[in-house]
Amino acid sequence: MRKSLISVVAAVAVLSSSGTMAAGDAVKPPKQEWSFSGLFGTFDRGALQRGFQVYNEVCAACHSVRLLAYRNLMDIGFTEDHVKKIAAAKEVTDGPNDEGEMFQRPARPSDRFVKPFPNEEAARAGNNGAYPPDLTLMTKARVGGADYVHALLSGYKEPPKEKKLAEGMSYNLYFAGNQIAMAPPLSEGAVEYADKTKATVSQMAHDVTTFLAWAAEPELEWRKRMGVKVILFLLILTGLLYGVKRKVWSDLH
Amino acid sequence: MSDSKFKNPIVAWIDYRLPVFSFMEHELHEYPTPKNLNYFWNFGSLAGIILVIMIVTGIVLAMHYTAHTAYAFDSIERIMRDVNYGWLIRYVHMNGASAFFIVVFIHIFRGMYFGSYKSPREILWILGVVILLIMMATAFLGYVLPWGQMSFWGATVITNLFSAIPVVGDSIVTLLWGGFSVDNPTLNRFFSLHYLLPFVLVGIIVLHIVALHQHGSNNPIGIDTKSPQDTIPFHPYYTVKDLFGLGVFLVLFFGFVFFAPNFLGHPDNYIEANPLVTPPHIVPEWYFLPFYAILRSFTADALIYLPISWLMSAKLAGVLAMFASIMVLFILPWLDHSPVRSARFRPLYKQFFWLLVIDCIILGICGAKPAEEPWTYISQAATAYYFLHFIVILPLLGFFEKTKPLPTSISEPVLKGGGGLSSAASAKPMEKA
Ligand code: HEC
Ligand code: HEM
Repeated sequence: MRKSLISVVAAVAVLSSSGTMAAGDAVKPPKQEWSFSGLFGTFDRGALQRGFQVYNEVCAACHSVRLLAYRNLMDIGFTEDHVKKIAAAKEVTDGPNDEGEMFQRPARPSDRFVKPFPNEEAARAGNNGAYPPDLTLMTKARVGGADYVHALLSGYKEPPKEKKLAEGMSYNLYFAGNQIAMAPPLSEGAVEYADKTKATVSQMAHDVTTFLAWAAEPELEWRKRMGVKVILFLLILTGLLYGVKRKVWSDLH
Repeated sequence: MSDSKFKNPIVAWIDYRLPVFSFMEHELHEYPTPKNLNYFWNFGSLAGIILVIMIVTGIVLAMHYTAHTAYAFDSIERIMRDVNYGWLIRYVHMNGASAFFIVVFIHIFRGMYFGSYKSPREILWILGVVILLIMMATAFLGYVLPWGQMSFWGATVITNLFSAIPVVGDSIVTLLWGGFSVDNPTLNRFFSLHYLLPFVLVGIIVLHIVALHQHGSNNPIGIDTKSPQDTIPFHPYYTVKDLFGLGVFLVLFFGFVFFAPNFLGHPDNYIEANPLVTPPHIVPEWYFLPFYAILRSFTADALIYLPISWLMSAKLAGVLAMFASIMVLFILPWLDHSPVRSARFRPLYKQFFWLLVIDCIILGICGAKPAEEPWTYISQAATAYYFLHFIVILPLLGFFEKTKPLPTSISEPVLKGGGGLSSAASAKPMEKA
């Protein structure tokens, strides 16, 4: 039986690796080194804060991260006062007040991130008919995850001669179909980092992707820390149970 | 009352009026179990424990979940972000569904390998197939609840299948939807049913266990227990073995929950449902893939469809074949009429058993691939073989297979192969066989 099991496993491995999912003519994104991958991975705080800056100064013009609240930024090392300032730079609609009127006020840390457009129609109108998707869950919502988002942001190229692009479209190696309605969002020195890190396209792509990975899985560090403890506990418990089992069964053999 | 078998006076008092303790004593302690069960016999109790885990996590999820198309997706994200340990509860529920199917599939193939469905355990087996069906329905309904792209489009594709049924098909689909497309009424009824079915499962599992305890477990050599020498009390021998198995399972399970919680999921389900955007590949959860492959293999030009093409549309044929692939399990005890249970003594059946396992895995792989060559051909061949196995090969084997001589009792081979661990004792004859 054991031999048969091994051959079955081998057959599966061979079959499932041949001809992977056809995904248009997009290139498979290269694997990156991420601070948050692996069993003990944690988010690099510097990259997170720089990544927030890139999101805030570049991407936020078009993309929302509607599931985040400003208070969440305290989890990535911003002080409460700093978060209050970040929030206060945005306006939200509140109300109705005592007169029954809606009114504008500066955002508070408890508010969700303010969206750049009030609705999908407005977003499309501002982007040649294309819809810039919400980015909160982006690294979980694409095959390839963080590697894909990083590759997409740094994957803009001159189109090959035979490829005709539609009006307002850009050529991107990693996007399905290679035509994307987002113009290259990052250019050398697009932001000025407070910690003097050089703002190359690849650096900014790396930082903003780290920030988006945190936005998608804010529980990641907690989860992995807890996981290590739980698995260690279970390994010991299972070892003990195995000992008990042998002891109980010993009188049978 | 003084002659009660229980020393503790409170226990004795209660048991005299409501014999729960006698019942437990009888079903757990005195219950005689074959002494030679191997680790494949752990999967039944594992499945039961997973069901409990699913019900507990599910009830907690339901406290925070909002069954409305406008809020469902966000309410899940709220659970993930703002509810205390919400991410843990949800990831356990999500991966628990996959674990449930892995465990139950192994449990079923165990039954096939060792002939556990044969007399006198036919009803036990049939109840098992009912459990599989209800589990599948529950999992399908549950997958719709987070209201992601795959939730929505999976629900659309699968509910649409019913429209292939002649005459009443369209009315059935409207009834399932509660309208004219998958929408808010659909989500609401799916949530209601998703909450209901696990408790129906509990009821059927109780019957499953009553049927099991009537004649006791089958065992790896498939012969009846004859003398008290062949059996041991369930407790403590199998309680401790089951607990050890549970420990191993939990290590693997929590490995997924904590370190790769979305490994078995589809990224598209983290995009909110959008009726206007169809995903390029609509694929069901991994545990439905073999059935999905059978469904899709009936195309208008498929060889397996030709013989019935005058009778029905290819779509209907696919739907019927998909249901038939499970229905055929109901009559398995009569299709396989060989008097020998265990594959250890059935040299031909053993090989066909493994071919069936490989066939199911191939079907699973085909189900994940786009409907293009060569996958369509492979899945058509694999579908044909699946039915061939049950409807032709098994009945013939019952007539023509030359089985090996059976041992006279369970104690005989166990004593011979004995010494060392029980696992080694039971693994050895399996390798030789
Ligand atoms: C000028 C507006 C604009 C800016 C600024 C912008 N984007 Fe986009 N983005 C878009 C549009 C429009 C799309 C939709 C593209 C399409 O569907 O072809 C898009 C799509 C995307 C996608 C989804 C690609 C996919 O697989 O569907 C990601 C990821 C993304 N943007 C990330 C970013 C990041 C990160 C930034 C900041 C560095 C950024 N964008 C800045 C307009 C913008
Ligand atoms: C047979 C047992 C069960 C199975 C196989 C099952 C399966 C599933 C599946 C596959 C999902 C989708 C997971 C996801 O992608 O997010 C789900 C979600 C859900 N289930 Fe269950 N479930 C079971 C029992 C229960 C019970 C007893 C309840 C309690 C009422 C419940 C409540 C929920 C809720 C509220 C959701 C939506 C939350 C979510 O998607 O994470 N489930 N279930």
